[in-house]
Amino acid sequence: MTGLFRRVRPEQVRELTLVFILVAVAAFFSTQIPNYLSARTFTDISTGLEVIAVVAVGETLVVLTRNIDLSVGSVVGLVAYFVGTLLANNPGLPAPFAIAIAIVIGGALGAINGAIVAFGRVPAVVATLGTLAIYRVALVELSGAKTVTTDSLPKWLLDLPRVSLFSLGDLDVRALVVLAALVVVVFQLVLQYLPYGRRLFAIGSNPEAARVAGLPIQRDVFVAFLLSGALAGLAGFLFLVRFGNITVVAGQGLELQAVAAVVVGGVNIFGGSGSMVGAFLGAALINLLQQSLLRWPAVSAFLQDALLGVLILLAVASDKVILERLRTRWVRARRRDDERAAAAEQAVPGA
Amino acid sequence: MTTLAVPGYLNPQNQINLLELSVEKAIVALVLAFVIVSGEIDLSIASVMGLAAVLLAWLGQRGAPFEVAIVAALLAGALCGLFNGYWVAIVGLPSLAVTLAGLIAYRGVALLLVEDRSIGGFPEWFNRLGQQPLVGPFPLALLILAAFLVIATVLLQFSGFGRYVYVVGSNREVARFSGVRVTRVKLAVFAMSGVVSAFAGVLLAARLGAVRGSTAEGFELDIVTMVLLGGVSIFGGSGSMAGVILSILVILNLRNGLALANATGNTQAGVIGALLILSVLVPNLVAAARSRPRRGRPAAAAAGQSPPVAE
Repeated sequence: MTGLFRRVRPEQVRELTLVFILVAVAAFFSTQIPNYLSARTFTDISTGLEVIAVVAVGETLVVLTRNIDLSVGSVVGLVAYFVGTLLANNPGLPAPFAIAIAIVIGGALGAINGAIVAFGRVPAVVATLGTLAIYRVALVELSGAKTVTTDSLPKWLLDLPRVSLFSLGDLDVRALVVLAALVVVVFQLVLQYLPYGRRLFAIGSNPEAARVAGLPIQRDVFVAFLLSGALAGLAGFLFLVRFGNITVVAGQGLELQAVAAVVVGGVNIFGGSGSMVGAFLGAALINLLQQSLLRWPAVSAFLQDALLGVLILLAVASDKVILERLRTRWVRARRRDDERAAAAEQAVPGA
Repeated sequence: MTTLAVPGYLNPQNQINLLELSVEKAIVALVLAFVIVSGEIDLSIASVMGLAAVLLAWLGQRGAPFEVAIVAALLAGALCGLFNGYWVAIVGLPSLAVTLAGLIAYRGVALLLVEDRSIGGFPEWFNRLGQQPLVGPFPLALLILAAFLVIATVLLQFSGFGRYVYVVGSNREVARFSGVRVTRVKLAVFAMSGVVSAFAGVLLAARLGAVRGSTAEGFELDIVTMVLLGGVSIFGGSGSMAGVILSILVILNLRNGLALANATGNTQAGVIGALLILSVLVPNLVAAARSRPRRGRPAAAAAGQSPPVAE
């Protein structure tokens, strides 16, 4: 048992637990819903994950710094609408250009949030609650309450969701799913290995110490918001591809799902700890529950929100109660190891 | 500005009408001020409003006496509030996460009760209370708002409990060591928030005459804005009831003025969003500009600024 403690960090315990819960939930529903373990379920869930996983990655960057970005849902909607209109009017635009535009617009909207929070020193809840409303209004004004419809979009865009990179037996692995997974992996590496990623942890776990240590807090927080916006922009493109029809309410409520995914995934809402893989698993669990409950005849489909709320609460409570205890034991086990190693070192020259 | 743009704006009937349309939000804003001053946040208020309204209608439809249904709705609100309070005050979880879960879960329970139906057919007296003037031109809800304004002001600014709320919000540790029962104060504040939100939900049901699962959805943005715009710090410990009351009037007038000047509901939300940011940003920028002239030590000046992160 102690050997296990030494090798597995508490954050990894959380991730492993999530994987275990995912498997358990899937196993449970496979006994309840006929034909549950099928290629169709996999495709439903993996494509349902694309948008929310990418948004959750951006949200994690911001939450790690002890801030929050509530404007992501509005950014997704605004970008989806803007890029949709652009493509409807200019069907000849190449795909990479459309994606780049989505990311740039999202990044610009995120930079506005970042500037208000980092340089204007407005609390993030206040700033992004404001931009949540403002970006939504920008969408309403821009659209004049008209919608982007599927038949106005170029054919390549409509075909994009069904492009699969490769197949494992019956399971089609779609290109956009791979893109979302790639985003998760890249940002997990950024968090683990780049100085910028490590600084985000430092800023979130102790802002005062980070300031005294001379970290560029304002710049780093600004960049976190910018990246969150840019990723929401990319998610906006994915949203457009997935749904085709974009109305003025597109993306509404995504901010709640993103925060829920992040919290269920074990990212501390007060900053300083968490991982992209965790946030991704959180998003996956929420998605799995939502899609499965829709198909479960035993209970009302309306149960899903009530369950989701309970799930978030359980995730936060277990983080507080169980993981904190684990963390203490882990630190103690490590310290004991270090002492033993030091003692061994002292013993060697004497022998 | 709106008085100049729209003729007949300051007409008392217009002021009563505009208050009437948001009276429930204003009532909840008063109690949310307590929560935010105590250093916490309650995002579940709008869902509790919806749940209370739906529970009332659901019980009424099932033949329960309507008075009993109202009491049950208020009790449900109290339970929701205590549930939030238990996890925040006793277990020690962040209120942002707990009440976000509450926001989703309480709305989920409301949806579970009515699914996608709309329930109306309330008793005649109930609808009349919600929709017709009771005393002179004032409907019941406005009279209740007026009473709540007085009670909330007295409770927050002039009572021992109000002092405790400020102390808990400005420094939890100091509060504990000076003998304030932090847990009890926070539990009380969340329970109040639940009951009053449920009460506002019942008033909303009376005014609308019918409810659905999505009743009061999204109200939390407006209500939080009312409180923060009134100068209550999101970090707790400071702000005043007078500020909140002024900001409620400003927001309602702004919305109403914009509506009379033909702006859509969404544009109104955008203006309020901008106002919310500016109300914090402008004082910050002014303070930064004031400290700028000391150009001799730019590094020290920069280091003196507080960090941009939420604590």
